[in-house]
Amino acid sequence: MIPAAFEYTKPSTVDEAVQALADGGEDAKVLAGGQSLIPMLRLRLAAPTLLVDLGGLGELRGVRDDGDALVIGAMTRYADLLRDPLVRDHAPLLAQATATVADRQVRHLGTIGGSLAEADPAGDLPSVAVALDVSFEVVGPDGWRTISAADFFVDFLTTALGDGEMLAALRVPKQDGWGTHYEKFNRVAQAWSIVGVAVAVRRENGTIAEARVGLTNMGNRPVRARAVEEALTGAPATVDAVSSAAARAAEGADPPADVWASAEYRSHLATVLTRRAVVAAGGIHAS
Amino acid sequence: MTTVQERPTGEVGAARKRKEDARLITGRTMWTENVMLPGMLHLAILRSPMAHARITRVDTSAALREPGVVTAFSGRDVAETQGSLPCAWPVTEDMVHPDHPPLAVDEVRHAGEAVAVVVARDRASAVDALATIEVDYEPLPVVLDMEEALAEDARLVHADKGTNKAYTWIFDSGEAGTGHGVDAAFAGAEVVIKRRYIQQRLIPAFMEPRSVVVDPTGDQHTIWSATQIPHILRVMVALVTGTPEHKVRVVAPDVGGGFGGKLQVTAEELIAFMAAQRVGKPVKYTESRSDSLLSAHHGRDQIQDLELAARRDGTVLGLRVNLLANMGAYLGIVTPGVPLLGAFMYNAIYKFPAYRFVCTGVYTNTTTTDAYRGAGRPEATYAIERLMDELAVELDMDPVEVRRRNWIRHDEFPFDTVAGLTYDSGNYEAATDKALELFGYEALRAEQASRRESGDPVQLGIGVSTYTEMCGLAPSRVLGALRYAAGGWETASIRVLPTGKVEVVTGTSPHGQGHETAWSQIVADRLGVPFEDVEVLHGDTRTSHKGLDTYGSRSLAVGGIALVNACTKVVDKAKPVAAHLLECDVSDLEFADGAFRVRGAPSDAAGKTIADCAFAVFAAHDMPEGVEPTIDADATYDPGNFSFPHGTHLCATEVDTETGRVTIRSYVAVDDVGRVINPLIVEGQVHGGVAQGIAQALFEEAVYDSEGNLLTGTFIDYTPPSAADLPDIVSDRTETPAPDHPLGAKGVGEAGTIASTPAVINAIVDALRPYGVSDIRMPATPERVWQALRGGARS
Ligand SMILES: Cc1cc2nc3c(=O)[nH]c(=O)nc-3n(C[C@H](O)[C@H](O)[C@H](O)COP(=O)(O)OP(=O)(O)OC[C@H]3O[C@@H](n4cnc5c(N)ncnc54)[C@H](O)[C@@H]3O)c2cc1C
Repeated sequence: MIPAAFEYTKPSTVDEAVQALADGGEDAKVLAGGQSLIPMLRLRLAAPTLLVDLGGLGELRGVRDDGDALVIGAMTRYADLLRDPLVRDHAPLLAQATATVADRQVRHLGTIGGSLAEADPAGDLPSVAVALDVSFEVVGPDGWRTISAADFFVDFLTTALGDGEMLAALRVPKQDGWGTHYEKFNRVAQAWSIVGVAVAVRRENGTIAEARVGLTNMGNRPVRARAVEEALTGAPATVDAVSSAAARAAEGADPPADVWASAEYRSHLATVLTRRAVVAAGGIHAS
Repeated sequence: MTTVQERPTGEVGAARKRKEDARLITGRTMWTENVMLPGMLHLAILRSPMAHARITRVDTSAALREPGVVTAFSGRDVAETQGSLPCAWPVTEDMVHPDHPPLAVDEVRHAGEAVAVVVARDRASAVDALATIEVDYEPLPVVLDMEEALAEDARLVHADKGTNKAYTWIFDSGEAGTGHGVDAAFAGAEVVIKRRYIQQRLIPAFMEPRSVVVDPTGDQHTIWSATQIPHILRVMVALVTGTPEHKVRVVAPDVGGGFGGKLQVTAEELIAFMAAQRVGKPVKYTESRSDSLLSAHHGRDQIQDLELAARRDGTVLGLRVNLLANMGAYLGIVTPGVPLLGAFMYNAIYKFPAYRFVCTGVYTNTTTTDAYRGAGRPEATYAIERLMDELAVELDMDPVEVRRRNWIRHDEFPFDTVAGLTYDSGNYEAATDKALELFGYEALRAEQASRRESGDPVQLGIGVSTYTEMCGLAPSRVLGALRYAAGGWETASIRVLPTGKVEVVTGTSPHGQGHETAWSQIVADRLGVPFEDVEVLHGDTRTSHKGLDTYGSRSLAVGGIALVNACTKVVDKAKPVAAHLLECDVSDLEFADGAFRVRGAPSDAAGKTIADCAFAVFAAHDMPEGVEPTIDADATYDPGNFSFPHGTHLCATEVDTETGRVTIRSYVAVDDVGRVINPLIVEGQVHGGVAQGIAQALFEEAVYDSEGNLLTGTFIDYTPPSAADLPDIVSDRTETPAPDHPLGAKGVGEAGTIASTPAVINAIVDALRPYGVSDIRMPATPERVWQALRGGARS
């Protein structure tokens, strides 16, 4: 199909972009990689009157080392993340999840900012963001502010971004010394997750000292599996201990049902995939 | 008669890369969507959001005021003149056959039915203006389930017909005299296997969406369409619209796939025709992917109730098939006949003596179904191959052994089957032995046993599928007996140009199959001209005036013989010319290695080539007495029989019992398609076919909600697999020539699709037998497998 008519502007600085969004009012929308937005326009599920294309904002693209965290520009593309040595060394979970997103074509256009701003609970990066407590640097008519991952995702396709605000960068804490794994279960390769599990664990000797677990497509927002994290913390690094912790993966989740999977099945998958992800992340072997 | 070499060596059999691929793969070619004509306008179609409703009001007047809009109209505006879309296959005398208006008039009967149109100067304006059309719908009750549709007090899709039953068609081997009656077979049975299988609804999902351009401005109305059937479309447009046939020209330029989905005379084609006539200018319509999934015809959608009678030694005694076939809301061009193509295949490669087939066609408020790759034969093969596995389990026998005990042996051909066909040739033993060896059957069985033993959470399953199918649609007398409105012949014309280059005009209409390459190989060998010197022309009724197009693995099996016959005629016509040039007697000449020479002369002796003869008749200065100055020739061929390729496919699946995920670990396809013209093309057809069959087993299903909305209306929810989801396919062949075919070729277009679905499902069920699972509904999604393991939803 063909999108409804819209105006288009491509600012070259963040200030211009903020101004353009303010001028455009309620019906203005940010265009990043277009991999979610353009299909929505073509299906006429969205009909903004103005598109503000962030593709000209070089300052929002790239990865920077900032001490105990990486700062990643919102317009950094999936393919950039996969090539970036800083991401590989300090944020391996992000790289692992990114590698499972869609196909090569989508990964060369889609951006980390677009993926998080879309707030699709079936998207692979939002659960990573909640698991790692990524902070969201946001700019708008009232200037800059920082939103925590826990607060950023409000509801299905809904974020805490205010009118005229846009996402500028992500602050991703380094996971040096952590083991990580993203376990994705999808219906065909190159599709969204039926369920995905993002895990980072830190081992001390024979035990799991700390664990972070995020779930993809297990609710109307990305889910942090706190019950699993608690059960893992201080537990021995054994398959049995991991299994009993993982059995709690769906606690408090409210998974959707669709053509491809019932809520009940998603809950079951969450437990199996969480066990597998923790075992892989922690390098745990059957004894 | 001139002797034409029995089996020419050279081009035929060579793995030529396809000459059409460069333009098809890059897309730099003439698709219908690329047709640009002066003054061309664009059409957009408003489709019903409801599955069943009365249309109480349509107002298109606001659309006329939108920028760029030239005209807008609804079904009411053309109710008297639009005619009804054709169904060419009234399978029974009393078939209930409702009108099928291109644009709905008073009632819509499935979601996506066309209701109104806008014609504008550009596509965006046309699409924008659709939003201004006002339609009032009064919802009517929806019937989606076939069994509900047949109940006494069912809601009706076509109220005026008083029933949702389209027809009941019966074949009974006792009555037909092709075997015994089934009742006696069942009375004498030691084992009866009774099952219900569901053939889910599929969507052909061709790559190029349907597209049509109609130009009413010349002396002929020209229709460009992304169709498989330009010739049939021409006849049907003439009949439906009353336009004299000679005033209609149809062009199928390059067409991006069809799989049966473009074997249709579509509402969109007729709507574009009406619109173009109305505005007196060329009009183009190209559907969106969503419109395509919603409204282009769907496939399969059958409920199969089956009973197999056997003895305890594994001998099958008889089969009862009771089929419900979902027609959708209307009848397409061959909708009612599709399940009947399966009727002749339920007995498959086996020689059991009693068979009864009853099929009831049912109307529901869903998109019309029609041919989809294999058309009836995949469903039949699935049913019998699943039943053979169930019988093997019941008798505690190896699934290959049960088949071996029942199949027709290679020395029993030609074989008259219980379904009334005569199988031409085959060697099921050889194909199966080869497949078992390539597969490593014994080693996999051993691994399966050890995984069962150790309780491995990932279980291994092995699936066997043997098949045959009928290719080469079709002997015209058979089609007549089945009440099909047309014949099954095919044509070819050969024009030898003055410089010796050759144009071949074929009545087939390739849309990805590679006819240009295969036809060139055949002609190169038969006429002794270089492969590169042959141009194959097709798909334009102005150049190819006669033909029956491409579907049902017919093009080579029927059109190939017409081509060979035309080649033979060319050689026959060139012979007196050559004799005259060589100053010898016609009877002293033979044609070999591309030249006429005096019989017995060495092959390097001077001779006259087809090119020499072509130039001689072009100049025509010195023709022999009474010989027409041309060596061009036409041939039309009507097959005496179908051809029957066959094969054995083996599939090993790994089933993760924790998640239900099925992974195909290895897949072996040994197909016997007779003699092979081009092994690359055959392998491509097998790979694509197997992929589509695996898609039915694991990935694809068109799903409606309880209101009749299509839930799988985009590729996000309707999920054809990509290469990443498919296994490596080991494809090999045995070669049993088709005795009735001068090339020995049988047909390969649908084989992979027919064979692979039961191979995969048999493998999954085999993996899960120790868990008490004996069936799994298609597609076998991870959740369905998991539910089956829990003893839950078994249906
Ligand atoms: C075939 C296909 C398969 C896919 N499969 C997957 C998959 O497996 N996993 C997965 O996670 N995703 C998948 N996606 C979605 C993909 O990841 C999208 O690219 C991503 O969700 C959006 O990123 P984008 O840069 O393209 O954003 P856009 O599409 O441009 O924008 C998305 C939304 O975010 C808003 N937005 C974008 N950037 C900003 C910003 N800086 N500030 C404020 N708002 C902003 C836009 O206004 C829009 O509402 C798939 C997409 C396709 C087409």
